[in-house]
Amino acid sequence: MDVIGALDYTVGFAVMASIYAMFALGLNVHWGFTGLFNIGIAGFFALGAYTSALLTTPPPDPALFEDFVFGGNWAGIPFLDLGVDLWFLLALGAAGAACGVVALLIGYATLRLRDDYLAIATLGIAETARLFFLNEKWAANGSKGLYSIPQFLGDLVPPDRYDYLYLVVALASLAVTFVAVERAIKSPWGRALRAIREDEVAAAASGKNVSRFKLQAFVFGAVIMGIGGALFAHHVRVLSPITFDPLLATFVIWAMLMVGGSGNNRGAVLGAFAVWGIWAGTQFLPGVFRDPNLRLFMIGALIVAVILIRPGGILGEERRVTRV
Amino acid sequence: MTNLRQAARRVGLAWTPGHTTLVIIAGAALLGLLPFVKMGLVVNGVFLGAIIAVGAIGLTLVYGILNFANIAHGDYMTLGAYVTLFLVGSSQTDTATWAARGIFPALGIESEAGLGPFTFGYPVLVALPVAVAVVAAGAIALDFAVYRRLRDRGVNAVVLAMASLGVAIALRGLAQIIWSGDTQHLPRESKLVYRLPMDVRVAPDAIFVAIAAIVLVTVVYFVLTHTRMGKAMRATADNADLALVSGIDTRRVIWWTWGMGAGLAATAGVMLAVFQAQLLPIMGWRFLIPLFAAVILGGLGNPYGALVGAFVIGVASEVSTQWINPSYKPAVAFAILIVMLLVRPRGIFGSPG
Repeated sequence: MDVIGALDYTVGFAVMASIYAMFALGLNVHWGFTGLFNIGIAGFFALGAYTSALLTTPPPDPALFEDFVFGGNWAGIPFLDLGVDLWFLLALGAAGAACGVVALLIGYATLRLRDDYLAIATLGIAETARLFFLNEKWAANGSKGLYSIPQFLGDLVPPDRYDYLYLVVALASLAVTFVAVERAIKSPWGRALRAIREDEVAAAASGKNVSRFKLQAFVFGAVIMGIGGALFAHHVRVLSPITFDPLLATFVIWAMLMVGGSGNNRGAVLGAFAVWGIWAGTQFLPGVFRDPNLRLFMIGALIVAVILIRPGGILGEERRVTRV
Repeated sequence: MTNLRQAARRVGLAWTPGHTTLVIIAGAALLGLLPFVKMGLVVNGVFLGAIIAVGAIGLTLVYGILNFANIAHGDYMTLGAYVTLFLVGSSQTDTATWAARGIFPALGIESEAGLGPFTFGYPVLVALPVAVAVVAAGAIALDFAVYRRLRDRGVNAVVLAMASLGVAIALRGLAQIIWSGDTQHLPRESKLVYRLPMDVRVAPDAIFVAIAAIVLVTVVYFVLTHTRMGKAMRATADNADLALVSGIDTRRVIWWTWGMGAGLAATAGVMLAVFQAQLLPIMGWRFLIPLFAAVILGGLGNPYGALVGAFVIGVASEVSTQWINPSYKPAVAFAILIVMLLVRPRGIFGSPG
């Protein structure tokens, strides 16, 4: 592989890792800071990706799509004709909003109750989203999925160098999200979240509305995941329900956060790059080690090992001292 | 133990799972008599409910005594089915991988199919107890390796659930490494479907599912009510500290709970493999939603509740296929769960929160 090729590969890798880092940050808001057990990241991932893709993809060509009738027309509607690039920004917001609304509804039903109910509920969201996009052909073309999802500022650079531009977009989104999460966590609101994670009863006794804080954190994290999903959609440009299988859309993100250090935003980003590096690296290994089933096993074993041996991950949670 | 049982005792009845099941089946039959509900779907739902029940009772026992949601329970089911496949061998012996060629055929016992009215052969019935023992032993070993250490560290229940997610992923990975991710089948011989009045069709294997469920529920009931270990288990579920100071060896209670829970899961896995006539490594993971829906519907840690919840979920998701796409069955179970959590968060019979 020559130098240019290696650089191209690294850039493509970095785009994907940055997008995964968004998910790790979202999960950090859920699990790392608030202790919410979300095992259905795939649901928010898919919802965000599909929302954004449907809002920006060109009108479906009847010759290509048999059953697909919805979506794709937005950017072309006369008075909404803002062009794909402006629609991309709107679609990112819409993807976040869609996930936020779903998180609000499901969180309202489950967050007042035992912690583990949320796990089952998020699993339900993921499964329902998968079944919806698989079966409702009119909405998202069923198992054949969506393709030719447009690129943001795609005319600006030659197609084979597009990843360089998109890396800037992804890193900028990651930076904004990182700062937003850091600020939120350092605020009194974030302090309340950590108090709830450590001891719900004590937090409630000091006058915090526990389920309300949990709901806010759940929605906040889900919005980040939705935006991450949208960024993913415009990067890979092809979506189908199979894209969002639990391994790549939920389990890997858990491994990233646990390895990097839950409760630490720098750890979440580090974990995303490290685990994605290992993931991508195993593709170059010979024979058995490339077996995707072995990766599945390793991801599970990695999560258990981190919990047992080093619960804080690589970086661990920072001790934050409140200065008055 | 439950409001239902207290109410039953007040009217002089000793309430047993048998009564519960009779009430459920009567209720299901009444539902099926409604002009706009197909009886055939209700009957199918009862059989599906029987599989959910066997899985959910194990899950709720573990929940009640270890106090966390075992996300790996579905994968214990998968493992039970695949250990059976490992012993009996797959139907495609010529193309199967080494792990699916079967131990019995290698020992010279031919993989017969079509035992009596059933599509599968007697080797499956021989393999079943082995699968139960293997999965139960595996669950106890995992407790030693993972959960016991975390308990000793005094972690939050959610961390235990998190660890069980890791275990679930690793187990499925292991199953896929050994048996590949492809669909496999136990050797089977087609058998005629029983045609009953009201357009009800009963597959012969559904009878196996029903018999297995009745036997297992009865056994669990007797263990819980008539043995010292069962009493100790119920005491530990009610109050672990109190049980410990009353001289109950809670460590042994935990082993037995894992053994029973995982053994039930393994059986449920075999029942599912026979009922669906196929094995898939993801089958257990996909079954988690109906399982947890049944457990939460019945009230956490309440085996009788799980029994009722299982039939509610089974019948409701089958009957829903009359109006909506059958592949939405898990989504229906999920919807029932959400409605339940909004209306009666502690389950039909209530339970400590």
